[in-house]
Amino acid sequence: MASSQRHEAAGPAPANGSRPAVEAVDITKRYGPTTALNNVSLTVADGDAHALVGRNGAGKSTLVSIITGLQEADAGDVLFRGLPAPSIANRDAWRRLVACVYQKSTIIRSLSVAENLFLNRQHTAGPVISWRAMRKQAQEMVDEWDIAVDVQRNADELTVEQREMVEIARALSFGARFIVLDEPTAQLDGRGVTRLFDRLRAVQATGVSFLYISHHIEEIFQICQTVTVFRDARHIMTSRVADISTTDLVNAMTGDTEILNATEHRTVKRAGAPVLEVDALSQAGRFRDVSFDVGPGEVVAITGSGSSGRIALAETIVGLRKATSGTLKVNGVTPRAGSVASALSAGIGFVPRDRHQEGLVEGLSVAENLTMTVTRHLGRAGFIDPRQRDARAKRAIHDLSIVASGPEQLAGSLSGGNQQKVVMGRALANDPKLLVLMHPTAGVDVRSKATLIEVIDKVRDAGTAVLIVSDELEDLRPADRVLVMLHGEVVTELARGWQDSDVVAATEGIGREDD
Amino acid sequence: MKMTEPTDVTVVGTTAPQPPPAPVTRSAAGSRLRIARLRDVALIPAIVLIGAIGTYVSPVFLTKRNLIEVLQQQSEISLVVLAEAMILILGRLDLSLESTVGLAPAIAAWLVLPKSPGHGQGIEIAGGWAVPIALGVGVIIGIVNGLLIVRFQLNGFIVTLGMLITLRGLQSGISKGQTFFGLPKSMLYLGTTIWWGLPVSVWVSLFLFAIGIVALGYTRHGRSLYAIGGNIAAARAAGIRVERVIWVVLTIGSTLAALAGILLAGRLGSVAQSSGNGWIFTVFAGAVIGGISMNGGKGTIFGAFTGILLLFIVQNVLTLGGVHAEWINFLNGAIILGALVISRISSGQAQTI
Repeated sequence: MASSQRHEAAGPAPANGSRPAVEAVDITKRYGPTTALNNVSLTVADGDAHALVGRNGAGKSTLVSIITGLQEADAGDVLFRGLPAPSIANRDAWRRLVACVYQKSTIIRSLSVAENLFLNRQHTAGPVISWRAMRKQAQEMVDEWDIAVDVQRNADELTVEQREMVEIARALSFGARFIVLDEPTAQLDGRGVTRLFDRLRAVQATGVSFLYISHHIEEIFQICQTVTVFRDARHIMTSRVADISTTDLVNAMTGDTEILNATEHRTVKRAGAPVLEVDALSQAGRFRDVSFDVGPGEVVAITGSGSSGRIALAETIVGLRKATSGTLKVNGVTPRAGSVASALSAGIGFVPRDRHQEGLVEGLSVAENLTMTVTRHLGRAGFIDPRQRDARAKRAIHDLSIVASGPEQLAGSLSGGNQQKVVMGRALANDPKLLVLMHPTAGVDVRSKATLIEVIDKVRDAGTAVLIVSDELEDLRPADRVLVMLHGEVVTELARGWQDSDVVAATEGIGREDD
Repeated sequence: MKMTEPTDVTVVGTTAPQPPPAPVTRSAAGSRLRIARLRDVALIPAIVLIGAIGTYVSPVFLTKRNLIEVLQQQSEISLVVLAEAMILILGRLDLSLESTVGLAPAIAAWLVLPKSPGHGQGIEIAGGWAVPIALGVGVIIGIVNGLLIVRFQLNGFIVTLGMLITLRGLQSGISKGQTFFGLPKSMLYLGTTIWWGLPVSVWVSLFLFAIGIVALGYTRHGRSLYAIGGNIAAARAAGIRVERVIWVVLTIGSTLAALAGILLAGRLGSVAQSSGNGWIFTVFAGAVIGGISMNGGKGTIFGAFTGILLLFIVQNVLTLGGVHAEWINFLNGAIILGALVISRISSGQAQTI
């Protein structure tokens, strides 16, 4: 495997023959039964901008945490400029070697920009912090970086892009000449991305090396010289960006999945008015001008990257969020905006994004969870008849083949797959006309996955409209049509017979000229 | 760790490459700062206003004696406000402080006083030990709180609620519900002596608040409280020893509460079973009115001081104005709610806890 390639001539800042900025050699990391990294190697040449790409679960984040010293590998070595990495406990040493801007912001919003820049190393005169000196230094620092902010302002007044730059400036101020950027553009809009890239190029020109993690392949072609692809915890390839096409890159990321594409796409779409009609729906800052409809018996999937707005759109349809403008009709009626109760009575059933947060009450029984949305059908005058409830629950347990000791078992004690089936059971409890599924198979074992997909086929046969919202290719398989969202807009609609590579290409924003 | 010179900030190493060009564009700098500072002194006008009303209501208000009395009355509880303010900034809370106010001097008195009179244990340790013993009790309580919250990772609300009940119960157990009296001179000294025209307890309170203001505003350790309260993960990523800081602050807090108990016992000349009982509500109210966020990471020690001062001045004016004592609690509650609504509107952030 191409683990120790050198790219002496790479990049606008030629490395003066020095050792690579970082080498990760034969790294393996396991979490319990899952292997997050399987004997992978990665070398970032000095002064190089090196991209690391791969779909979810490829092992990118694990590698980041290992080469930034947050976790220790089970096997393998990390070297900085040829020297072994310091011990995990020595945070200061790590920080002088490698800077990292994590996906999750580490800016403290209630503190000033100056204080964020010098957190826990404030400029002191004797035992007391010299605020004036610190502000002056901080202002010089942001001015050097051309971040147009007043350092006395609170961090929560900054724009996303400014906060990102403050974070990069801080990370590099510890003296590291190598920085890891984990999805730095996830929250930026198009112009913000362009400005960030200008800055990054300037930083690279000063001799700093990058490891750049991104979902957006186009970005890699813009600012990286080398690219490495991970898939399923393995190193797949490393290449000069100039020597590779987007198609090759997409193929490397998706691997052999095209073969699986042969699954039959059966459409049982029936004649009749659409069940769901979405017209010019927008929500400020999340998604814009989305229009589509779903007919009875039709399965439509919406996909896109994490920042694409797909989840916000789905949550708006089921009443968890309010749209800013546009209309939404279910069976011809408009449910009250932002009201889940109204959406349910309009005939929507849904599986929320995260079963731990919104899906299950883990301390309640399977039966109570299954019937939570339909308690008024379980007895008279506000009372719940436990026998009716358990009878209903038993039916659902059977239909969805939930492995539980009985209706009274606590939902929290089920396995992940069976928990998800309970959530699905709850979504189906009110015989919905429209079923909205967000990440329906997240964290679910293979067999449960199959069951859940079967359920989707069953309800569509019965004439229910299904909307699947997910970034997992496998979740999209039952779909007749796939809508791909990018930065809050539906950019592509793929008709029946779509290929995985089409979806991946559209998700990564390839083939869009006007950005 | 000393900061490097600014030019070395982005680049430490061999060749000195030029940082990106920097056309400086500063936005309205000064005004921001002024607003931030203003929040700090927001209650001063309110205090002046209440003072003016007090002067109008009663000629007694502006007398030296009355003002000193207000200051002395709030000096003990203000130490607990100082403690709670630090803990709240850290993003935690401690309900047990009010029981520490009673228990710490009670244990000291119990070990020092004879069986009768005084209801002591009978060991009769030398009176000079009373203050160190009481402070030591505060330290131990703080360490136990830290043990349960930091080491065993139990919920801080329930832990300190449990401690509140346990400590109060321990006090009534050793005192058999009686009041300790005939306290040694060392305990009385802090509560009764006058220095330069002001009771010692007022000086102690002002001095410790001054230290608190400097520590939280101007030292690295002090600022780490804000970092932890603002974003604990970011604080950890910045190399702050989060657990240790929480533990130390909880211990300082309990020690301050013990000191408040000593001052109170000294002023009253005894340690009653009920001493400190019910204080915690006023303490929280004072801190929150003074701009300390219940969500952590926000507020200043100076603000907390003005908060508790305002509450006591209002109480004093109401009393002088002839409002019946039975109505004071109602008005106190209304003031607290009003202050919360105002801070919600001015900060624009939902207060969830």
